Amino acid sequence: MNASTAPGPVIDADFLRRWLATAAAVVDREADRLTELDSPIGDADHGSNMRRGFTAAHAAVELEPPQTPGGVLTLVGSQLISTVGGAAGPLYGTLLRRAGKALGDGTPATPEEFRDALRTGVEAVGKLGGAVPGDKTMLDALVPAVEALSFALDAGAGLADGLAAARIAADEGAAATVPLQARKGRASYLGPRSIGHQDPGATSAALLVAALADTAAEAVA
Amino acid sequence: MSDGLVGIVLVSHSAAVAEAVGLLATGLAGGGAVARVAPAGGTPDGELGTSSDLIAAAAHSVDQGAGVAVLVDLGSAVLTVKAMLAEEDELPPDTRLVDAPFVEGAVAAVVTASAGADLAAVVAAAEEAYTYRKV
Repeated sequence: MNASTAPGPVIDADFLRRWLATAAAVVDREADRLTELDSPIGDADHGSNMRRGFTAAHAAVELEPPQTPGGVLTLVGSQLISTVGGAAGPLYGTLLRRAGKALGDGTPATPEEFRDALRTGVEAVGKLGGAVPGDKTMLDALVPAVEALSFALDAGAGLADGLAAARIAADEGAAATVPLQARKGRASYLGPRSIGHQDPGATSAALLVAALADTAAEAVA
Repeated sequence: MSDGLVGIVLVSHSAAVAEAVGLLATGLAGGGAVARVAPAGGTPDGELGTSSDLIAAAAHSVDQGAGVAVLVDLGSAVLTVKAMLAEEDELPPDTRLVDAPFVEGAVAAVVTASAGADLAAVVAAAEEAYTYRKV
């Protein structure tokens, strides 16, 4: 084993509660930028929708904290589906509910179990929306992020380093949506005029991955 | 089996659209028994969007045991119903998402359901609305 000597963060309910608090704060801080990105190619509500959803999810988890990491993800997913109001709700909600179910009732999860659960969730997003990478959607950040995490773990990295790699991949994936033409959602009605804008969904996905990387980095610091 | 009629849920980003299409469809269903129709439009605070809570409440309100047909407009309305159907307990048993144009499909579904057709026939009638060409 050539894994880093620092003990990895324990992926328990508390870890994911800290992720959620970080994610809710980041989404709140970046809401205006997300809505700005959504203005030329969407209906200018992604930031406010995400803020409403993550605020509600954070409140629900803190009110009755689930005991397992799977329980936290499942609850957050259900909250997003009922409160976001836009397509991001069922998409992120499905990602987290499927990931939560994949984790089951066990605690804590190993990095590999967590990675597999995220992959299951991201695959469910693709199936729900019928999108593939390159369609200018959140998948353009999520798929590379899971691949980078997986590659790092397979190479012996710990969770914190794996998520740091995932964060870079998600950011690059989001940035790479700029020249793409949207093939899903409202932006697809714009045809070639959707080119030249960064996808709001890929951008918010990168923020959520970054929050995960920050949470893991703080845990090992 | 139930003696009840198939229930219809109309999910639109707009509460006004869902409500109005429901009125249109029940109005065109004519006299006699009319199937239960419930709109689930917009968000609970009156904004444009989709609410799984409103959809679940609407579906349960029209469920008489004969199944529920859900018609949707676009985007998050489609995705939210699909995400709910992926869970076992969020919508009544025998709830179907119908692949149909919203207005024409709603009229076809309500007329067919009011005539006592089963869920499969209601869904088929609504989906057939896609084949009606206007030009």
